[in-house]
Amino acid sequence: MPTTTASPAESTKRSRTLRPSDSVAGLLAKIILLGLVDAFAVYVLIVLFLQEKWIVLVLAAAVTLLINWIYLRRGGLPAKYLAPGIFFLLLFQVFVMIFSGYVAFTNYGDGHNSTKEDAILSIQLAAQQRVPDSPAYRVTIVEQGGELHFLTTDPDGDISIGSTEEPLEEVSNAVTDGTGKATELEDYRTLQFDEILANQSEILALTVPFSEDPDDGTLRTSDGSTAYVFSPTLVYDDASDTFTDTETGTVYSDSGEGTFVSADGQQLNTGWKIDVGFANFVKAFSNEDIRGPLLQVTLWTFTFALISVLSTFALGLFLANAFNHPNLRGKKIYRILMILPYAFPAFLAGLVWSGLLNPEFGYVNNTFFGGANIPWLTDPLLAKFSVLLVNLWLGFPYMFLVCTGALQSLPEDVNEAARLDGASPWKLFTSIKLPLLLVSVAPLLIASFAFNFNNFNVIYMLTDGGPRLSDTTVNVGATDILITMVYEVAFGSGVGRDYGLASALSIIIFFIVAVISVISFRQTKSLEEIN
Amino acid sequence: MATETPTPLLATPSHGTTTPPPERRKQSFGAWFRDKGWRHLVAVITTAFAIFPLLYVLSAALNSTGTMAGSNVLFSRIDFGNFEELFSNPNRPFGKWFMNTLVIGVVTSAATVFLGALAAYAFSRMRFKGRRVSLLSLLVLQMFPQLLAVVAIFLLLNFITDVVPWLGLGSQLGLIMVYLGGALGVNTYLMYGFFNTIPASLDEAARIDGASHVQVFFTIILPLVTPILAVVGLLAFIGLSSEFVIASVVLNDPDSQTLAVGLYSYVGQQRSENWGVFAAGAVLAALPVMALFLYLQKYIVNGLAAGSVKG
Repeated sequence: MPTTTASPAESTKRSRTLRPSDSVAGLLAKIILLGLVDAFAVYVLIVLFLQEKWIVLVLAAAVTLLINWIYLRRGGLPAKYLAPGIFFLLLFQVFVMIFSGYVAFTNYGDGHNSTKEDAILSIQLAAQQRVPDSPAYRVTIVEQGGELHFLTTDPDGDISIGSTEEPLEEVSNAVTDGTGKATELEDYRTLQFDEILANQSEILALTVPFSEDPDDGTLRTSDGSTAYVFSPTLVYDDASDTFTDTETGTVYSDSGEGTFVSADGQQLNTGWKIDVGFANFVKAFSNEDIRGPLLQVTLWTFTFALISVLSTFALGLFLANAFNHPNLRGKKIYRILMILPYAFPAFLAGLVWSGLLNPEFGYVNNTFFGGANIPWLTDPLLAKFSVLLVNLWLGFPYMFLVCTGALQSLPEDVNEAARLDGASPWKLFTSIKLPLLLVSVAPLLIASFAFNFNNFNVIYMLTDGGPRLSDTTVNVGATDILITMVYEVAFGSGVGRDYGLASALSIIIFFIVAVISVISFRQTKSLEEIN
Repeated sequence: MATETPTPLLATPSHGTTTPPPERRKQSFGAWFRDKGWRHLVAVITTAFAIFPLLYVLSAALNSTGTMAGSNVLFSRIDFGNFEELFSNPNRPFGKWFMNTLVIGVVTSAATVFLGALAAYAFSRMRFKGRRVSLLSLLVLQMFPQLLAVVAIFLLLNFITDVVPWLGLGSQLGLIMVYLGGALGVNTYLMYGFFNTIPASLDEAARIDGASHVQVFFTIILPLVTPILAVVGLLAFIGLSSEFVIASVVLNDPDSQTLAVGLYSYVGQQRSENWGVFAAGAVLAALPVMALFLYLQKYIVNGLAAGSVKG
């Protein structure tokens, strides 16, 4: 990373008489660091150039120039200190947020991963069938740089080399055995029989094209020693932008939704990424299968966050009050023991509690409830209760600490005055202590709400969002909150990944979080503190 | 984990209603109970609630029968079979997970502290155009946790994989880079406040003596703000050691995974069968973090109190 000139401590004394910017060690460090950054940047630029990724290339070049300009010019000191942190901030916080916004308007996901050209190529390669009565090619499996290749000998005795990535190319310097079959080639390593067995699945997946045009067909092997000619059953026609099935004659044309579809609605598996406008949002709000679950998940997210804050705050405040006694024995030990859940890593807490609450083998059922099969994690309502209970366990120590601190900082004279006026302890608490406390604690309560709103770990580790909702095909459960739903839609097993829909859901969360932060800023007025 | 030895003593009377205080004075029981007794009762019940899951996992870890059903009597047997098994399973390399978590956590939190300190120095000591706006932007940006953009982060790393494979998906360095996206934000804010408490006359004196701004930063400011650097670094470490979402998306090879991702996979499929071994892993994973946390307690509490009173 580009950093500012770092001069070791020992050079300080020596250079004290020099002018600030002339420290030799500092200059040297600056040159070396900037040189490393530039070397890396040039490497990235070359790769981008070779891969013909022009837009990113231009952006990367601009960033590199900017970094050099920041560090090589005189003055502009603040930028030199801020640049490293801001670089990461812009790339991995700001850019990814904007990018989420973009993805939300595409159909990006399984089956829609890439450009149309890639999709066409991949359909052609996937729809290969052995050409009937085609000649057998004798092959030797060879390897170079970890990649497997076919060394083929065609029926005429001509020898070629090729892999899935590189089409067959004729070679003349191969070593042949008595039958004329090529067995070795310079720079390549021939695989032994046991290696062929070990890499079986990779070898079966090898599809070596005859030329750059996939319509020319490919070679494949099923035993590692003989390969047959395969040709595509789907042929792409550039002019009409359609695929034609060579056997049935069905024509598949671009549906406008990132797929090829036949007249009777048959769809080819591989599609490509297109912009779909508001389709993902429309889907989220109007598709019966998603709207219901989404509504229930959103409501539960708010409920979960709200009850979590209130329950932890109530318990924390109660405990803080109970222990706010000048001479209570063992206060310190109680305190340390009570803080332990807060110190326990949250993801482990979810997993440990999932064991405790396990209906069949769990400690809670077997020890506290005499072996009853209480479905703590599998009944929708009880699962919600369990999630809240575990979050209470995790969160009350924090509120206890916060409230203790806030209680102790309350002015004592107000209490004194109220007591002299004859206020009961309860009255004293509700009318004086609580309002004063809330003033100082409110920002933390809002922060806690915002945190619990996206409290992924507790939910995911304890119930995995389950039990699953029965009235939908979407993989969503009764305890899923918005962020776990996003994760499930984007990376879940089972149904295909749908990055577009997942991003649309993230955008919804972004908006909700934005509203919460506006409220919180109003509350804290922290904006005014900055001078 | 129950690191404190007196724990069992306090946990055992959890079902009992009486809490025998050692100093029962001559005052009546009722008066004592109204003043202090109920507080002890509350304390014992809460403490039991707080630590029984921890005792349970410790007990399961020390019980090598291994299943969940077999670990329902606390501390019925004590041996270290689970720990041996934990380190001997090549498909679930716990030792590597531990090291990965440690390395990723240490590198990230060190870099976080450094980047944050650089920024805080600039904000605290220099006046420049856009300073207020930058500080405000940081304050706003840190409200949006990175995990909200996990899909975009995955796709971005997927792109980086094509260009620089050793920084893309599956790379720990890539994951560290992603984490550094959150390096500014709260941390800078915390440090900025602390930097402001160091009198500017110190740097001015050094500047008059001929020190450069870099020398002022490294030899005057940094040594004086070490406490906040340590706190920010350790807090970052504690947070990172629990991070699951992004790590699970980026790291796909068991050998490169962190404890959070690895231990989840341990119980993800069949929760009850590997229970003992998982518990052993949980104990080892939690101990360092909890020790750090308790050690830092004072600072954390002070920080919380400071934050809460400011409002």
